[in-house]
Amino acid sequence: MAPLIEFRDVCKYYVMGDNTVKANDHISMTIDRGEFVAIVGQSGSGKSTCMNIIGCLDVPTSGSYLLDGTDVGSLSKPRLAEIRNKMLGFVFQQYNLLPKYNLIENVEVPLMYAGVPRGERRRRAMEALTELGLAEHVKHRPNELSGGQQQRVSIARAMVGKPPILLADEPTGALDSRTGREVLRLLKELNAAGKTVILITHDNSIAVQAKRIIRLEDGQVTYDGPADHPDAMKTREQKEAVS
Amino acid sequence: MNFFDTARLALGNIMTSKMRTFLTMLGIIIGVSAVILIVGLGNGMQIYMERSFETLGTNTIQVMILGRGSSRSISVDQIYRIADENSDCIENVSPTVSMAGTVKIGTETLNSTSVSGVSEDYMEMKTYQLSAGRDLRYMDIKDRKAVCIIGSYIDKEYFNGSSVGKTLKVGSRKLTIIGVAEQQEDEMRSGGTDDFIYLPYTTAARYSNTGNIRSYMFTAMDKDSSDRAVKAIENGLFKVFEDDRSYTVISMAQLLDTFTTMLNVMITILAIIAGISLVVGGIGIMNIMLVSVTERTREIGIRKALGAKESVIMSQFVTEAAVTSVLGGSVGILFGIALCRIATVIVTALLDVDMQVVPSAGSIAMAVGVSAGIGILFGWLPARKAANLNPIDALRYE
Repeated sequence: MAPLIEFRDVCKYYVMGDNTVKANDHISMTIDRGEFVAIVGQSGSGKSTCMNIIGCLDVPTSGSYLLDGTDVGSLSKPRLAEIRNKMLGFVFQQYNLLPKYNLIENVEVPLMYAGVPRGERRRRAMEALTELGLAEHVKHRPNELSGGQQQRVSIARAMVGKPPILLADEPTGALDSRTGREVLRLLKELNAAGKTVILITHDNSIAVQAKRIIRLEDGQVTYDGPADHPDAMKTREQKEAVS
Repeated sequence: MNFFDTARLALGNIMTSKMRTFLTMLGIIIGVSAVILIVGLGNGMQIYMERSFETLGTNTIQVMILGRGSSRSISVDQIYRIADENSDCIENVSPTVSMAGTVKIGTETLNSTSVSGVSEDYMEMKTYQLSAGRDLRYMDIKDRKAVCIIGSYIDKEYFNGSSVGKTLKVGSRKLTIIGVAEQQEDEMRSGGTDDFIYLPYTTAARYSNTGNIRSYMFTAMDKDSSDRAVKAIENGLFKVFEDDRSYTVISMAQLLDTFTTMLNVMITILAIIAGISLVVGGIGIMNIMLVSVTERTREIGIRKALGAKESVIMSQFVTEAAVTSVLGGSVGILFGIALCRIATVIVTALLDVDMQVVPSAGSIAMAVGVSAGIGILFGWLPARKAANLNPIDALRYE
């Protein structure tokens, strides 16, 4: 069985005037079903670009990205939209809920694009919100909720279509440490339930919550291994200093 | 995602900014109602004109003998001969001699009554029926009898409906009433269709010292043979005068056609001018949709990340523009119909004519079609802009 996610020599370059920025520079990696991976890196390390490619929001300049055995680079835009809808659940730092909609309408959105009929949509959105303890707030608008609650809504929205992959971009970045831990606990639970969770963060203390860490520096992978390995937390510089 | 989901999304977005939507729609409302009002006015004018012509008879042909500069003249017999020779298209003919002079009944004076000398066929040509008495006869013409037929207005107003056998005076001449025509108009009034006196043309010619009769009325077999009848009359007259400036032949059918064409040209031009405001309204919609796309960049990014295809985003925005525009169009239709009602009241009151400003089904259908078309057309560009947004940039947009 092919790995769920496979990067083969993926490069992503941006041309900015005369300079070419190598956001992802020959990245190769695989992520299997059921893993909990943290992609860690400082600002500018290329982790966001990497996430965009994994999330099918962007395609590599060269190299290939295989999602469930399919080369995503060769797919049309509508097919990419379909893959985002069916295979991926997004959780953003700023929650990105639609402010004019109430919670149930927000959670319904992915199902609407999947073509699920209205009644069924309601039922499944309600179920997802209830699971995350938001049943009594379903008629509220996002801005009537705390940050932690909003992030739970966005997790409900990410999971409602039952995609195999959950892609979380700094999910705790806007939260205080207590609600942050709560969100991480939720992600762990989802991983325990069989979801592949990919966490993108700059924060080592968050990254250690994952089972595996992929560290990016200047667009390249500098560490890829278990989260509890002594080198997991070290940057290239630190490693060089030791040796 | 089906059509109803798209429509619901569009309506939901429109409802969240009612004031803005209303102002955007205003251009369409004004454009549509202006088109409806103008086409309605045109319809009303056309109906009014056709009705007016109908009372004159659409198959009638008026002939005026000018006889300029020539000693030649044409006799009544020669005119009748033209009619007889062309009996395939000409149905009838009557000389018409209009008489000046006030009409007096007892001590009362009638100033607006039309007094004409006509032949015994005239009532039939006008398709008037008698309600009392008898028609003019050939003997009345031949003997230049001092008799007349009157319209029902005179009969009812001055004789209480029992005028036959009584007399009236035109100038100093006394005429005996032998017949009364049936009422033609719903409301009789002085100077109206029912206010007339018909006497034998020979009598009228003698009273007004007319040597040669210069005015005739022909009737064609029907409206369609009118053109052939005009040709036949012109040919007959040319043989006598050998100069086409010596007479004029005017058919009501031609006149009506000419007026209708003129009216249509005028209405079309006015409707096009009104239509320009529809285009301006459409640009207003495009403008506000462009603003809306910019405002909702982040929303578009979120929707794309959650699996919305470009086509779905596109149809969402196009639908929003079309719904705005169709809503505007519907309000415009109602407003236009109301304007037509108001215009009817104003025209009736100011001009004292019975004209109905009626919006036509065609103009309403066109207004709906055009406003929906404008919405889609002018919504297209902003919708494309939204659909083509890069989801990453859109998600980062603040």
